[in-house]
Amino acid sequence: MDLDDTPEQAAYRAQVRGWLDQHSGEAPVLHGPGAIEDEDEIIAARRVWQGKLAEGGLAGVTWPKEYGGQGLGPIEQVICNQEIARAKVPGILDAIGVGMLGPTIIAHGEEDQKSRYLGPMLHGDEVWCQLFSEPAAGSDLAAVQTRARQQDDGSWKLSGQKVWTTNAQFASYGLLLARTDADIPKHKGMTMFVVPMDAPGVTVRGLRQISGEAEFNEVFFDDVSLDADAVVGGAGNGWGTALTTLMFERVTIGLGGEGLGYNSIRFAGAIARDKHARRDPEVRHQLGEIASELLAVRFTGYRTLTALQRGQIPGPEAGLAKVTIVNGAIRAGDLIADVQGPDALAQDSEWAYMISFLPGLKSAGGTEEILRNTIGERVLGLPPEPRLDKGIPFSELRSKEGAAA
Amino acid sequence: MNLALSDEQVFLREAARGALSRFKTLEAAREALDGSGGALPDLWPTACEAGWPGLLVDEAHGGAGLDVFDAMLVLGECGRVLARVPLLGHLPATAILGDSPNGASLLQKLASGERRGAYLPAQPPSDVHDGWSVDPRAGLARPPAPTAVASSDGTAKVSGELSFVPDAPGADLLVGVVLLDGAPAGVAIEADSPGVSIEARTRYDATRSLGHVTLTDAQATVLDAPEESLAAAWHLAQALIAAESLGSVETALDVSVAYAKERHTFGRAIGSYQAVKHSLTEVLRQLENGRSLLYYAGWARHGAPGEFPLAAGAARSVAGRALDHAARTMISVHGGIGATWEHDAPLYFRRAQLSRRLLGGTGAATDRVAGELIAQADAAAA
Repeated sequence: MDLDDTPEQAAYRAQVRGWLDQHSGEAPVLHGPGAIEDEDEIIAARRVWQGKLAEGGLAGVTWPKEYGGQGLGPIEQVICNQEIARAKVPGILDAIGVGMLGPTIIAHGEEDQKSRYLGPMLHGDEVWCQLFSEPAAGSDLAAVQTRARQQDDGSWKLSGQKVWTTNAQFASYGLLLARTDADIPKHKGMTMFVVPMDAPGVTVRGLRQISGEAEFNEVFFDDVSLDADAVVGGAGNGWGTALTTLMFERVTIGLGGEGLGYNSIRFAGAIARDKHARRDPEVRHQLGEIASELLAVRFTGYRTLTALQRGQIPGPEAGLAKVTIVNGAIRAGDLIADVQGPDALAQDSEWAYMISFLPGLKSAGGTEEILRNTIGERVLGLPPEPRLDKGIPFSELRSKEGAAA
Repeated sequence: MNLALSDEQVFLREAARGALSRFKTLEAAREALDGSGGALPDLWPTACEAGWPGLLVDEAHGGAGLDVFDAMLVLGECGRVLARVPLLGHLPATAILGDSPNGASLLQKLASGERRGAYLPAQPPSDVHDGWSVDPRAGLARPPAPTAVASSDGTAKVSGELSFVPDAPGADLLVGVVLLDGAPAGVAIEADSPGVSIEARTRYDATRSLGHVTLTDAQATVLDAPEESLAAAWHLAQALIAAESLGSVETALDVSVAYAKERHTFGRAIGSYQAVKHSLTEVLRQLENGRSLLYYAGWARHGAPGEFPLAAGAARSVAGRALDHAARTMISVHGGIGATWEHDAPLYFRRAQLSRRLLGGTGAATDRVAGELIAQADAAAA
């Protein structure tokens, strides 16, 4: 049992650190003195920086070499993330594309899709967004209603709405899960598509959250034409393709939990600055409980890494770490605001931002309730809830739902 | 990066499970509830045969030369079946002696188990509590650690009172911390020497051996263990009781999940209801968090000694709450029967209730986590 680098890992770390020592001066400044303020300029600068990271081998660490990656493992990815954090420079802009969507295309895409899309994605020339969730299909993702209908010439017409789409406002492409056959059970009638975000009929609208910022978007599709070769992973195989993306999402979350900034030292620092709070038994008790759980998640991450290193795929239990992080951070936000008073909720307060962000994060990537269902069933082996949608054509589900209510 | 059990560790755990399975520990625990303490099997010979008393003693002194994490694996197995093996008292005693060059002569017989040690727990100072303190007989005020007066021959006379000391009854050698001219010092005291009184106490959980220890000018060997290792013994005890508690959580969860699959109401297995499923998933979440922190504590003991107080405190804090929650969930999932002596659930509930109040209590471990992190934050801000 150890947390040390092997000689190979230490050599890789030194190589990454060496590159960053040489190039970190070229990174855009996003916080503090000299920070870029204009949103468009920030995005432009981060694209350029992602391109440099890719050239230096610091993006797409786990991608195969033939697609511009380094062909390395998850441990090297974590080492790379750690070194980027240590150098205090931004990471890649398109973490969703490079971390989840690119690997999905690598796993399921056609060769010409790989050669067309992967390079520009990796270098930040074309940013991607994930078009899965809908207003009525979140935790029950297989309930998507966005409809793609095949035309006589083999092309497709797409209509519907997606939501919670990060980066859609400047993305070039989206990976979209659509219903292509409503007359068969819901998991079977879906297909994955590549959608150009500048296609006629695509509308992106920002969605303001509790904080007032619009980090997510709604995306509307009004009779959007897609070429026949827009299909990824074969028509009717959309669910299997989506599961690959979700698996990479779990890995990304499992390896990046503390990257969200919800760590025990930061929270302890906020308490430590108040000379009464730091000695108050009740405040200390709360802080101790919250921090113990967040520390646990760090080591759960190391356990996940150990499993990955041994070629095992992390299961849904990685979702428990997300539950711990989100609920721990919610408690921490409440505790810190109780200590600081209303100033913690001021417009420019880092805590107000965190407090606003967390209620939504609780449902991101599947609600806490659906995560607990999944873990109870897959990990503990408990029997599933009775379902009303099994084996029933998607088109008949609405009437069944009405009848059951 | 490697946070997995080695083959040897898997073997150690499986061997412990096998050795303890030869005894009907749960049946004995239930019988002992009536006050007939003699019903509990004596597991010390089994422990000696397996080499557990010498787990933390180096090979030169007859031990296995293993580490804290290995000891935690054994304690976890004891916790699974509520086996009364007095390692919680014995192992920290061997750890202090192992760090004391002049205690080496006492170590050999403790390593083999021929003699049994008991640790006299003393909580090291923290950012909000000055001085070394011991668990009180009652209430919140913590008395100071026993005091010692040095004699010219390297021995000392120790006086003081310690309450609810795990595994003290029947121990041969008491090893702990005293204040010698106001400074902490390790001592070893023969349990049968004049001025030593050990009153056995049972509280709520018959599987837990406790004793009130009164020292009145008791003759002690002053150990030359460094102060860090005296503090580390306290944190080691926290890590061990955490591991033991998580073992109990494993059983509570396994039994509850099995019942939730077979018991039907309204035509469905109760485990299919979200309310039941989610409460069992919550037990799993806390168990997994606790397991991760055992790895942290096991690694930190030598990999990052400065973080050991934090790691052990966090493990105790999470494991203590996990056991509380798991024991209550075990009862509620089973319904009324879970609250009767017909079922094992009350045994785990009793274990949970007493454990959270020993060795400073779960609350003190939680406070330690806060203090250690505030210190880290201060250092980062400086």
